[in-house]
Amino acid sequence: MSQHGDVWVFAEVDDGRVADVSLELLGKGRELAATLGVGLGAVLLGHRTRGLAEKLFAHGADTVYSAEDERLAQYTTLPYARVLTDTIREKKPEIVLYGASPLGRDLAPRVASALKTGLTADCTDLQIGTYESGGRLYQQKLLQIRPAWGGNIIATIVSPDVLPEMATVREGVMHIPEPAEGRTGKLVEIPVNLDAECAAVKVIERHTQPRRVDLKAANIIVSGGYGVANPEGFRLVHELAAVLGGAVGASRAAVDAGFVHHDHQVGQTGTTVRPKLYIACGISGAVQHRAGMEESAKILAINSDPSAPIFGIAHYGIVGDCREVLPRMIKALKGKL
Amino acid sequence: MRIVVLVKQVPDTKNVTGEVMKPDGTVNRGALAAIFNPEDLNALEMGLEMKERFGGEVIVLTMGPPRAAEILKDSLCRGADRVILLSDRRFAASDTLATSYTVAQAITTHLAPYDVVLCGRQAIDGDTAQVGPQAAEKLGIAQVTYADRILDFDGTKLTIRRDLGRSQEVVEVRLPALLTVPKTANSPRWPNARLLLKYRRARSAFEVEAEAKAQGRSVDEVVGGLRQRGLFVETWGAEDIGADLARIGISGSPTKVKKVENVVLTGANLKLFPADDHGVRDLINELIDERTFG
Repeated sequence: MSQHGDVWVFAEVDDGRVADVSLELLGKGRELAATLGVGLGAVLLGHRTRGLAEKLFAHGADTVYSAEDERLAQYTTLPYARVLTDTIREKKPEIVLYGASPLGRDLAPRVASALKTGLTADCTDLQIGTYESGGRLYQQKLLQIRPAWGGNIIATIVSPDVLPEMATVREGVMHIPEPAEGRTGKLVEIPVNLDAECAAVKVIERHTQPRRVDLKAANIIVSGGYGVANPEGFRLVHELAAVLGGAVGASRAAVDAGFVHHDHQVGQTGTTVRPKLYIACGISGAVQHRAGMEESAKILAINSDPSAPIFGIAHYGIVGDCREVLPRMIKALKGKL
Repeated sequence: MRIVVLVKQVPDTKNVTGEVMKPDGTVNRGALAAIFNPEDLNALEMGLEMKERFGGEVIVLTMGPPRAAEILKDSLCRGADRVILLSDRRFAASDTLATSYTVAQAITTHLAPYDVVLCGRQAIDGDTAQVGPQAAEKLGIAQVTYADRILDFDGTKLTIRRDLGRSQEVVEVRLPALLTVPKTANSPRWPNARLLLKYRRARSAFEVEAEAKAQGRSVDEVVGGLRQRGLFVETWGAEDIGADLARIGISGSPTKVKKVENVVLTGANLKLFPADDHGVRDLINELIDERTFG
């Protein structure tokens, strides 16, 4: 028997599917559980969602804690928080991880407050390590690593004296593990005890727009920033992406300027990407943007300002105006590819 | 309708200019300006609009060091009816759990019964978005995060649109409830010129202490005068809100910072190409050669 409790992942269900971020967390959770020598659990709440347990097993869960109830059919904070809090109190996991999605960031703090435990938001890395304080050495603690101060610092947070250790984790940062089809585990039914107070919020309607672009799956991303100057300049970004068979990304400045839809935004408040090639056109490279793309295998920066921070992380650079450089690239590529 | 708005003074992390960069490429955090957390201004605006539509009062509450009174005075100038500064050395180093306990304790002991608690979606220093939901839990009330439009109020229930990025939701919530407000909700109004003039002389307890000493007057006398004119920024410490000392500040904070690293630009062996046709062609050939393309 390990002295530790299990590692748990809250399995977010989005439109009848397990959200990518939850699968990403199962990959990370597997690693953490192996280091601690414990099992990996997933908590699956909903109505007619039990079939998704297979997917959780395939992605590494040893145990799926499942609650099926009509009142859980649609996510609302209070019923989900109540069931999860009750289950954590009973089963005593060591670690509970949530996606830093709108849902995870609504649910996790509510649960943390009820359990009077620590919670770190929007982590970009998780490790098991030691923590020393007041002459006391804590072993095998969850190191919760996250950017703060607008990305200007990276902080490592621990919750040494309380359990469970909890964190929300940024979407797209961890890798989804290869599923092992046919892998099974234990399905544990958990009770649902809700009172009238839990029904304080009622969802009247809900609309979801499909994502306009799948940045996470793209091998090549051509991103435009404020430096492309105007919507016409941004058309060149689209054109280069089309020639390369890549996806179109953008900095927040370009999105705020209305050049392109928010779905294309890369960075701290957008999508985190790590393509084979990231072409940054007219992007200065604010920390918030770099946080979302600096793990790209190769980075090409095109910017008229030679002192732009983007050149600090780029592998290739062209100092020049995108409106002149991009047409040259498009022309040259059309002859090559 | 009694509306309590939770606000925070934060370092202006979104405006890191050359002057606050140290030679080693890291940020001199002390040099960042202290500002009204942007989304808390959206929360205040929503509160003021609700008051205009449904009647009532807007009370603004912040926890912070003495200088956080600045954003409370700003709130008065934008139309808040009453402001409260929660400030006590023992509140220092609070994480989100201790902060939510402290503000919830202040609300429960002094501001109940209330109808709505509003706060910004998140603050730009920590970007955690946790204090809102945690305070709602401490208060034992429902929460509606990402509340970007108040559609209706029937006397007991608010109908609210939530902006969840890729999806929108309309929910109905029984009051009291806590709402967190994203920047998409509205455009915050500017301070009003008449109110700026009126609240020029507003003072917090800390300021009164310093000024009374300098003028050789008693603190009570000065506070009394300010109160009479509605210019006193109420200031509460741990005892005023009956706080359990084990749940505030560092002892009430389960999370600890193990380490902080400054983000430094890491050079990636940048290879520069000229911006002309030749340079572009050489670059493309190199990318093809190393199989990044194709």
